[in-house]
Amino acid sequence: MFCMNKIVSKENLSENVVKLEIEAPLIAKARKAGHFVIVKIGQKGERIPLTIAAADTEKGTITLVVQKVGVSSTRLCNLNVGDEITDLVGPLGKATHIENVGTVVCAGGGVGVAPLLPIVEAFKKAGNRVITVLAARTKELVILEEQMRQYSDEVIVMTDDGSYGKKGLVTEGIEEVIKREKVNLCVSIGPAVMMKFVSLLTKKYGIPTIVSLNTIMVDGTGMCGACRISVGGKTKFVCVDGPEFDAHQVDFDEMLLRLSAYKEEEKADHYKIQQ
Amino acid sequence: MIQENRNQAWREELRKSMKTKERTDIPRVHMNELDPHYRAGNQEEVNRGLTAEQAVGESRRCLDCPNPACMEGCPVNINIPGFVKNIERGEFLEAARILKATSALPAVCGRVCPQEKQCELHCIYTQKLKKEPVAIGYLERFAADYEQKSGQISIPEIPHKNGIKVAAVGSGPAGLSFAGDMAKLGYSVTVFEALHEIGGVLKYGIPEFRLPNSVVDVEIESLKKMGVHFIKNCIVGKTISIQALEEDGFKGIFVGSGAGLPRFMNIPGENLIGVMSSNEYLTRVNLMDAANPESDTPVAKGKTVAVIGGGNTAMDSVRTALRLGAERAIIVYRRSEEEMPARIEEVKHAKEEGVEFMTLHNPIAYFGDEKGRVKTMRLQKMELGEPDASGRRSPVEIPGATEDITVDVVIVSVGVSPNPLVPQSVEGLKVSKWGTIEVNENMQSSIPMIFAGGDIVRGGATVILAMGDGRKAAAAMDEYLK
Ligand SMILES: Cc1cc2nc3c(=O)[nH]c(=O)nc-3n(C[C@H](O)[C@H](O)[C@H](O)COP(=O)(O)OP(=O)(O)OC[C@H]3O[C@@H](n4cnc5c(N)ncnc54)[C@H](O)[C@@H]3O)c2cc1C
Ligand code: FES
Repeated sequence: MFCMNKIVSKENLSENVVKLEIEAPLIAKARKAGHFVIVKIGQKGERIPLTIAAADTEKGTITLVVQKVGVSSTRLCNLNVGDEITDLVGPLGKATHIENVGTVVCAGGGVGVAPLLPIVEAFKKAGNRVITVLAARTKELVILEEQMRQYSDEVIVMTDDGSYGKKGLVTEGIEEVIKREKVNLCVSIGPAVMMKFVSLLTKKYGIPTIVSLNTIMVDGTGMCGACRISVGGKTKFVCVDGPEFDAHQVDFDEMLLRLSAYKEEEKADHYKIQQ
Repeated sequence: MIQENRNQAWREELRKSMKTKERTDIPRVHMNELDPHYRAGNQEEVNRGLTAEQAVGESRRCLDCPNPACMEGCPVNINIPGFVKNIERGEFLEAARILKATSALPAVCGRVCPQEKQCELHCIYTQKLKKEPVAIGYLERFAADYEQKSGQISIPEIPHKNGIKVAAVGSGPAGLSFAGDMAKLGYSVTVFEALHEIGGVLKYGIPEFRLPNSVVDVEIESLKKMGVHFIKNCIVGKTISIQALEEDGFKGIFVGSGAGLPRFMNIPGENLIGVMSSNEYLTRVNLMDAANPESDTPVAKGKTVAVIGGGNTAMDSVRTALRLGAERAIIVYRRSEEEMPARIEEVKHAKEEGVEFMTLHNPIAYFGDEKGRVKTMRLQKMELGEPDASGRRSPVEIPGATEDITVDVVIVSVGVSPNPLVPQSVEGLKVSKWGTIEVNENMQSSIPMIFAGGDIVRGGATVILAMGDGRKAAAAMDEYLK
């Protein structure tokens, strides 16, 4: 019933982004769109949260899409098929609330596109019109476009340098849709700064917006408070009260500061990986 | 039983071997401790334990009272004179055996129980003779350590397995004690733990310098030898539901999921970088080994570290801060030292190591720099007013008296709430307004197959109470399943 978190497949989605399929039958069975897991690599590893991008209950696997950013994500990306993940626990957090609202714009940036995929799928299956906006710096970094098309009525790709799709930021892609048709809900997952600007935009237009937050975490079960943020002036724990929140209530500036809590240590860690 | 033991020939002889006056004239033993300067720079256990000679000497002080009041002070009624007198006659393993008949974790409890509020408070020396009590805690630790080191730990004989599967949720003292007793009764026991380590607060909370992991690991090893099965990284209610456990053939479930939810004070600036819960701080250092350069997990190291609170968790945090190199480590507590809930020994050790105590002070706001890091803490000065419901004199603000202090790390240690994961995930489970699971006198919840104990039932309590609950639940579940 309980197995060893073995990696069964690995694929490079772009230079720095890796897709891993991991044996975890219990998590695969229990997870819903929006859930995340905590992963720890090695005895001295750190506990990091990663949103579940997909699951296959028959095979008993979950899929994680990981970008090399810090020491822990790099360790994870360096694992190969057949390797085991030292510790894997989940599914954590609250699942996305899915219902038929009409038209939903799903906007993803960077690796945020991966956890957005099950949400796009779920909203589509609930009968919504789904328009997906994918944003990346440049063409090579656009991921999961094929899969997104499968569940979206329309996919708009935005690149910073205009090397693919339209040139511009994710917000421009969203605004184009808002100006063109009635949007009932916006879901956005990506870097914190991106979600902040998406939130500012949709607030202007009065469109309800959900964001999935990627704060620093330790246990992921509500035990430590490392993940806390302010939502509507109240302190919330992202790991148990979230990870999804009403974007217009989130104090993004505070969250951005908190994300930099261990910047110095992280830099030092990069040497560790290189050694 | 206890009276019978007292009437054994060897015990009568031992009692008569010394005059009461001779016994009461012996001064209380001093615990051997590491030097404060040396120990504040490392994680080594501060208390070194007693030598056999010291232990025997201390055990002579015990008068072997006909109605031992100390036992009434013990939440689980350990046969205290029984084990102490065995130390006096040199039968250390027998002393350990007597302890283990009642306590599943004597090596742990000997180190962390608040003896001064329990057995030692009721000791005849404290009550009648107005002298320092018999050092029951030190003696408990001595006997348990002696057994651990002897290599002769008795693994209880397991009767024929009865084939009935039961589960413990959480591997803290409550879950471990439940597991041990059920294994002894022949059940197939599986312990589910959310974290990647077994031991609950004993591992992630209480630091190495007070309770070495190795002491806890010995107990866990014993359980494994008894056939208890441990599954880490598995959150009951998330990874697997109680219902799924039932379908999988588990006939009884004991919830010992603890009080893991840290409280904050909801004052301005509490979300600044550098302000964190003691749970986060201690978890980073104890569970994740963040002080070790080899570890990937970082931890904030401040020059000036303020810890808010006066409990054991606060003392553990402030002493950890010293060990991580803080130049100033300050306890900020809103009442006076007398009201501090921490064990007296922890307060003493903290002071010896150079911790500053700002009692009758309470933080009201934190201020940060442009990077969002905490820089200053504003303290409100307090004075003691009338006693409140808990009997402690409640602190009241002195109007206008505030003080600003420069800090770079603040650790909030003002209590915990019950972990809501299990209560939230089980339909029909009766939960109090504080979030604790409601149980009857047999530790049975509103759902007959689910029992609960420890901090999830009591809110933040103690190791010994959690351990006692686990044992009581095991006995009751055995009755229920028969
Ligand atoms: C820093 C600190 C110092 C302390 N010092 C003392 C002291 O000196 N003396 C004393 O007597 N007491 C002390 N205490 C209190 C004492 O540790 C607790 O009362 C005791 O540990 C409670 O035991 P428990 O078994 O109920 O819970 P815990 O020890 O909290 O264990 C609960 C376990 O359950 C796990 N869990 C939770 N939910 C789930 C789930 N859904 N599925 C699976 N697993 C789950 C948790 O991860 C945890 O490991 C201290 C506490 C702290 C935090
Ligand atoms: S990560 Fe510890 S409480 Fe959320």
